[in-house]
Amino acid sequence: MRANPRKIAARLVHVLILFVFTVLLAFPFYWMVVATFKQNLDMYKMDNNPFLFNLPPTLANLHLLFYETRYVRWLGNTVMVGVIVVAITLLLSVPAAYALTRLTGKWGERLGIAIFLTYLVPPTLLFIPLSRVVAVLGLQDSLWSLVVVYPSFTVPFSIWLLMAFFKSIPKELEDAAMVDGLTRLGAFLKMVIPISVSGILTVIIFTFTLVTQEFVYALTFISPEAHQMVGVGIPIFLVRGDVYYWSSLMAACLIASLPIALLYNIFLDRFIAGFTVGAVK
Amino acid sequence: MAIAASKVKSAGAAQSPVLGAAMFSPAVLYILLLIGAPFALAIFYAFSDARIGSTQLHYVGLENFRSILQSPSFRQAVQNSIVFTVGSQLIVVVCATILSLALEAPFRGRGLVRFLILLPWVAPVSLGTIGWKWILDSIYSVITWVLVWLHLFSPYDTPMWLGEPHLAMASVICVHCWRMIPFATVIMLAGSSAIPKEIPEAAEIDGAGYFSTLFRIKIPMMLPIINVAVLFGIIFTFTDMTVVYILTDGGPFDSTQTLPLLAFTTGIQGSDLAAGAAISLFLVPVLVAVAYFMLRVAHRAEVV
Repeated sequence: MRANPRKIAARLVHVLILFVFTVLLAFPFYWMVVATFKQNLDMYKMDNNPFLFNLPPTLANLHLLFYETRYVRWLGNTVMVGVIVVAITLLLSVPAAYALTRLTGKWGERLGIAIFLTYLVPPTLLFIPLSRVVAVLGLQDSLWSLVVVYPSFTVPFSIWLLMAFFKSIPKELEDAAMVDGLTRLGAFLKMVIPISVSGILTVIIFTFTLVTQEFVYALTFISPEAHQMVGVGIPIFLVRGDVYYWSSLMAACLIASLPIALLYNIFLDRFIAGFTVGAVK
Repeated sequence: MAIAASKVKSAGAAQSPVLGAAMFSPAVLYILLLIGAPFALAIFYAFSDARIGSTQLHYVGLENFRSILQSPSFRQAVQNSIVFTVGSQLIVVVCATILSLALEAPFRGRGLVRFLILLPWVAPVSLGTIGWKWILDSIYSVITWVLVWLHLFSPYDTPMWLGEPHLAMASVICVHCWRMIPFATVIMLAGSSAIPKEIPEAAEIDGAGYFSTLFRIKIPMMLPIINVAVLFGIIFTFTDMTVVYILTDGGPFDSTQTLPLLAFTTGIQGSDLAAGAAISLFLVPVLVAVAYFMLRVAHRAEVV
């Protein structure tokens, strides 16, 4: 059978579009990989082709990053804040989402939408008053300031995600459990939570990635180098005076980005379901 | 009768408002305390003379707004914010529509392509932006190297991507597009996969060409979801200061200064809380407009 030339052209265009976009979007990360393993002499010589390793690859930049900067400390700070914020977010959002889907009827749903809208209020509107609140609470320069403030944007979106999730659970399951003698609260704790593990996992991952991506609050509330989150520490403190340690900087960005990107990718479809505001069924 | 009927209908899932209120009030309280109260405080500050390091607070009326509106930096920031938001959203919508159509049909390696395309959105924004700062470096920029290699520029007269006003604005917009395209693409992908396949197929069988099917049927059917992507895009762009802060810090000569960044430099770095709060309040009209349209989308989805 002869292939239809129009079909071949369409296929070529398709492949070309995907190729161009993939290269444009992924290029900075490829460039981070290249910079991570380059020797400084190679990086900063104008005559060298920057796409090639003109000198043998090196691990010196990684050594500098891990042993001569506070990078590991920042990673630790980020994980710690992330874990605590996840815990607070779950404690607040799981019961709230369940109550709003099941116990409060129509106006519960309206309240749910109102809570979702608060997710649209950006840090750049609230950071000035919050910086005073943090100072009054004595939390300035402390990671605890972030622990207190971050749930303000993780909780609304988590409630929204979980509401969609709880709606998909058949009511009959809880009814059956309550007929068997469980109270409403008992049915929630013993029936609903165990079968909602995947929804809860989605919230955990989403919250954690939001914490690692946040920049404005972390920049505003915390100044000492030792107490930085990874997203602020790298761009602000890996520059000494006017000297950029580009190779180590790129390594730092790459190492912090990839695990988060992988996690996020696994749960992507669920997050997107939250962003579509019901416009997609 | 109607009440009785509805009671029968929901007899199994009896609502319990008291338990319900007990379960959602901690979350609502938290949100009120950390979003509602600071928002009120921002408005309060905007009419006061609050400064970092001073405990005295006086009501000054519209004084902050008066001095802001007269400042050239502020006017520049408003203009830049509009250019930044509108410019990047136009590019994002076009690119994301094309990309989501290209990703729609399954093909080998789609998972990997999707992961690579998503990297800019899922990686922490400040770190991706640092990557671009290196790509756009004044001396070692790889883009410059390629342009020189192609003999489009002489090695002694290369573009300063972040050092010339128009180029800096273009760079900031491009980097923001780079970050937002993946997000808009996956949202639109969710929308296009919800369109019943039969409708465009039927159109093509009836003799409509690819492009007329695309523009007359598919894109109109995707409009609600494109709206959602644009609404989120507007919020995430108009209120963003990370990309601009890291790439140019508003420079050169305020040419990339935006409202959120001006609020930060005035209110936090410049210690003038009152003026900073007043500047950030100029974000509110856009937020209210977006919230209104978002509610309409949600409402329509509920009705359909």
